[in-house]
Amino acid sequence: MRAIGSATEPRAETKASSPPAMTPQLSNEQLRQLYETMLLSRILDERFWILNRQGRGAFTISCQGHEAAQLGLGYALEPGKDIVFPYYRDTGLVLHFGMTPRDLMLGFFARAADPSSGGRQMPNHFASAARKIISVSSPVATQIPQATGAALASKLRHLDEVTAVCFGEGCTSSGAFHEGLNFASVHRLPVIFVCENNGWAISVPREKQMAVPNVAERASAYNLPGYAVDGTDPLAMYAAAAEAVKRARSGGGPTLIDARVARLTPHSSDDDDRRYRATEEIEQARRLDPIPRFRQLLLGRGILDEGADKALRERVSALVDDAVGFAEASPEPDPATLGRHVFAEDTGDGLTTGRGEVAEWR
Amino acid sequence: MAVKTLLEAIRDTMFSEMARDERVILMGEDVGAKGGVFKVTEGLQKEFGEDRVIDTPLAEGVIVGAAIGAALNGLRPIAEIQFADFIWPAMDQIVSEAARMRYRTNGTFACPLVIRTPYGGGVHGALYHSQSIEATFAHVPGLKICAPATPAEAKGLLTAAIRDEDPVLFLEHKRLYRSIKGEVPDGEHVLPIGKADVKREGSDLSIITYGAMLHLAIEAAEKLSGEGISAEVLDLRTIQPLDRAAIAATVHKTNRALILYEDNKTLGVGAEVSAFLAEELFDELDAPITRVASPDVPAMPYNHGLEKAFLPQLEDVVGAIRRLVAY
Repeated sequence: MRAIGSATEPRAETKASSPPAMTPQLSNEQLRQLYETMLLSRILDERFWILNRQGRGAFTISCQGHEAAQLGLGYALEPGKDIVFPYYRDTGLVLHFGMTPRDLMLGFFARAADPSSGGRQMPNHFASAARKIISVSSPVATQIPQATGAALASKLRHLDEVTAVCFGEGCTSSGAFHEGLNFASVHRLPVIFVCENNGWAISVPREKQMAVPNVAERASAYNLPGYAVDGTDPLAMYAAAAEAVKRARSGGGPTLIDARVARLTPHSSDDDDRRYRATEEIEQARRLDPIPRFRQLLLGRGILDEGADKALRERVSALVDDAVGFAEASPEPDPATLGRHVFAEDTGDGLTTGRGEVAEWR
Repeated sequence: MAVKTLLEAIRDTMFSEMARDERVILMGEDVGAKGGVFKVTEGLQKEFGEDRVIDTPLAEGVIVGAAIGAALNGLRPIAEIQFADFIWPAMDQIVSEAARMRYRTNGTFACPLVIRTPYGGGVHGALYHSQSIEATFAHVPGLKICAPATPAEAKGLLTAAIRDEDPVLFLEHKRLYRSIKGEVPDGEHVLPIGKADVKREGSDLSIITYGAMLHLAIEAAEKLSGEGISAEVLDLRTIQPLDRAAIAATVHKTNRALILYEDNKTLGVGAEVSAFLAEELFDELDAPITRVASPDVPAMPYNHGLEKAFLPQLEDVVGAIRRLVAY
């Protein structure tokens, strides 16, 4: 009898590669704007939690600790031209792509004017057709095959657009992740797979999710580059994403980016991560907070000073204050609209509940 | 008018729609060089190229998932699932994604997509090449379901499905692919999704059915006409949306309803039709609503005798009609 996978068998060489070194070409003004959007994402997110704990909204889910990866990616893409399939933590990315604090706060309060869903979806399930932000759902990884399909359409239509799709590392163990990357690589499609790897699939740590140390290593199974990147450094992330975008635009096919980020909050407002995370691990994650680190870098380069930083924070907080006031005062969806948009022709077929509606067949 | 098989009508419709609209693409397992396991897509790749007729990896989730992404980005994909029995890995994409895209974006996104798949049994396909899947998907609002029974219907409904703004599950009964021939209108022929069709006029009872069972219903109706029983046959043509007005109209006329379907009986399409009639036409019924369907066993066996025992037979339908009329 042959032993299969004997313990002495040498492991295949599966080291994740690093993106080629390049100097980010972002101007000082872009760096300052990048920082501002990171700050806006954070302060907005913190306000969601406060509002949730005050009982003013049933749910929130965080971007905190992911902002640098999202903005580094965002600056490598062209908003308005490129397509993004975000996931529910991508507050920073969708702000960069043109959604506003008011838009996201309308989503938090589930108001009729919520541009993502008119109050139908949970908060942070972003969508904006005009901004090429594709609608987020709650099942994980479903967006990955879809992003592959969107990139297939770009290729068939000869459109100069790149698709970026974001997800957590938890879903990289799913079949949909494999199927999406495999198909995209077979057809060398212009798509970038961005894993915002915070090491936690709700309560399950990385080592119980996968037997490889890096998600980037999974790329070798599809014969595409896999970059392991410090996702708490927006410049490292920008460099990797810019390289991936260049490859995608020039017909070189997809790239997998494994952006190591920190999860600074529980999974969601319904979770208490003290039940499964050690205090030291949470403290370690806090030390990886991208915002103070990037602030120090900008201060060191003279792009920002203490006074400007304070003014910036005040301006961003005022934007968030405005968004709260605006959204909370905004009208709720009319319950009579429940049956709308099942189909294009609005048949109202969803309303045959036996609760007194006029039977639509008459 | 040309006489075609169901299969030819479907293939020719894809040819004409792909020629008419360059946004229409076809993707699925073996749809290219091989022309599909049933030869439904034969010649399409040669005509339209490998870009528009794509042999996919063997993974239904990405066939539908990528088709959704392509639909979101301006194409009109036809995704072929080789057998309906293999559609389940794509369930998440169909139910959670395609069927909800319009609703969850408050009408700002659309997902114009056709998922074609051969379903149904009677061809020795056994447990995994014979299933009827319509009831499971009919429980999913946001998804349209077509189940044509004739070549003309196949052309009209597939044309409508490809041009529709929403996802459509297009069910092709594999036993009918080559066994049923019929006249198909030349040129433009579009049938509205959600409209049933009276295939045979009658006054004593209504047989409400779809797909392959339509032909059994007509056979039974013809057989009993010699005994003075006049059966009306309503072909649903689409399962979702269900044409409740047509169902009500035929039973209003005959006051007796027999629902005939190949799927297993419990919670099948017949259950919904039956419930609808009980709710809305209770006072007009002269006999109990009756269903003839397949038994609630997990799937259709391979052995000929077992397969025959699974499927509704002519004598089952004839017997049910006689009992209904005599009630």
